[in-house]
Amino acid sequence: MLLVIRDLYRSDKKFAFGFTVICLLIFLALLSFVSPYDPKLWNVVPKNQPPSFRYLLGTNSMGQDIFWNLTHAIRNSVILGSLTAVISIVIGTFVGLLSGYRGGSLDRFLMSVNDSFIVIPSLPILILISSIIKQHISLILIAFILSLFSWPWGGRQVRAIVLGLREREFTYTANFSGMSTFQIIMTEHLPFVIPWVMANFINTILWAIGMETTLAIFGLSSLETPTIGTTIYWALQYQALLRGIWWWIFTPVILAILLFIALYTLSVSISNYLDPRTRIQRMRMKEGGQEA
Amino acid sequence: MNLLKRYIIPRLIQYFIVIFIGVTVVFLVPRFTPLDPVVTVLNRMTSYGAQYLDPSAIEKLKDTMMELYGLKGSIWEQYLGFWKRLFKGDFGPSLSIFPTPVISIIANSLPWTAGLLVVVAILSWVIGNILGGIAGYYADKKWSKFMSIIAMSIYPIPYYIMALVLLILFAYIFPIFPMVGGYSIGLTPSLSLEFIFNVIKHATLPALSLILIGIGWWFLSMRSLTSTIVAEDFVTYAEVMGIPSRKILFQYVMRNGLLPQITNLALQIGGIFSGSLITETVFSYPGLGQLLYMAINNGDFNLIMGIAVLSIIGIATAALVIDLLYPLFDPRVRYR
Repeated sequence: MLLVIRDLYRSDKKFAFGFTVICLLIFLALLSFVSPYDPKLWNVVPKNQPPSFRYLLGTNSMGQDIFWNLTHAIRNSVILGSLTAVISIVIGTFVGLLSGYRGGSLDRFLMSVNDSFIVIPSLPILILISSIIKQHISLILIAFILSLFSWPWGGRQVRAIVLGLREREFTYTANFSGMSTFQIIMTEHLPFVIPWVMANFINTILWAIGMETTLAIFGLSSLETPTIGTTIYWALQYQALLRGIWWWIFTPVILAILLFIALYTLSVSISNYLDPRTRIQRMRMKEGGQEA
Repeated sequence: MNLLKRYIIPRLIQYFIVIFIGVTVVFLVPRFTPLDPVVTVLNRMTSYGAQYLDPSAIEKLKDTMMELYGLKGSIWEQYLGFWKRLFKGDFGPSLSIFPTPVISIIANSLPWTAGLLVVVAILSWVIGNILGGIAGYYADKKWSKFMSIIAMSIYPIPYYIMALVLLILFAYIFPIFPMVGGYSIGLTPSLSLEFIFNVIKHATLPALSLILIGIGWWFLSMRSLTSTIVAEDFVTYAEVMGIPSRKILFQYVMRNGLLPQITNLALQIGGIFSGSLITETVFSYPGLGQLLYMAINNGDFNLIMGIAVLSIIGIATAALVIDLLYPLFDPRVRYR
């Protein structure tokens, strides 16, 4: 695993960029544990101070230090994204494994449900759900709601891989030696699928953080918990832009853009690495380069 | 006939399953949450000064509310009633603009969203695919790599943040475009040239933010499709034949790459729709997104339900139409 990361880091610029940025952001998120301020408290520092040595990224109109608030925001956003990704990937992978291995009418049924969830526009339903439970909303609840709509993408992919595995020799061997369906998909097929699941995991984190940001803009997230989305929400609520407090709105926006690009480049380079076709292409390109 | 059996009928069945699941989810969600919308509204009413009503009047009020929300009877009766009213296009009255039916409020903002969505979907699909095809065919060139770096840094940005960045750049720092609205205040909607230009000017920024992200996605997927097609034998053969490379690119490579992209458009249309809802709220563009934002702020439950159900049906239908048009572009589906 470490070896693969080192190789990728050296050979793939995309991976190097994404990995570095993510490490930096995780470092920032870890800093939140030594934060001098409680992110839920208001008026702990003077309001609307521009960036200075004392307040690295300035302070906002709620009397919070933006830098320290941001460390909490990254941590919460990443936790939310990972939780959503874990839940949806467990569901998606299981559905994909089962659907691909069993085939027949179970496959048809599961895949029509799967496809329906892909086609249904998720945002209106997510908004409907979160506006009903507005008073009780918490990050964990949001993660559960989001995973309702993020599992099918992984499910399709896993199924496609299992369809190939199903016709392989070892599946027959396992079947004839009396393993149950559950045992076969868990012990024989799952290991093949895991690398793909990893790439998908990052994609789901990306999607979940984006969706939470979106819900937060509508005021439908857990607004007292700092996340990237709620930080932007409060900055907009206080008209930060029109009042010239640019450091309040620019910081989370720039951070979000960095985070998204980094996660995306990571997932692209991992799936490129996994895809044997592009690996061959890369090798050919390298050979061609040496000849020339 | 064969086409009908093999392609159109399964697709139609899928269409009805999608609508069935979507509508059922919308129906079930409010009923399985601990909060009762009727109680919420009643509480609000009493806090506005209706507490002097006598208990029987409140009971009556509650009864009427249950009727309006379609919450009467067992869950099966409610479910059947929900479908029945859906077929009649009746989503009950809006609560924030009280007796006006939800459906007529939605009908007012639907054209704005639909117009934006169609323009954005077509423009970004066409531009993104052409650029992606060219970049994939000349994958070794410097400009091709440069373009994919740009696309890779635009595509993952969420719609909302893209809209915000464009708003900051082109309405606040360089005030080229108007900040909010669908047309200038004081203009009356008409078919005059002035009004149309005004609408276009107001729609430019929202459309641009959607188109940029859209182009990023179509560019990246088309480029990767093209780079696999280029490795196929028929392309090598065409090159050996001495067919000019522009002809190979547009008539052989792109033609093959565009087919999966049509299916992708059907899959992506829901996402583009969500994006346009978000973008509208940033620019206060008078479409469904803005309406939804208002509905959330006012706790207008019926309106949220109506928008959710109609957008599911609308998007599923759009995806169906795109899929049914597919055989027109792919002779293999037609003749097999």
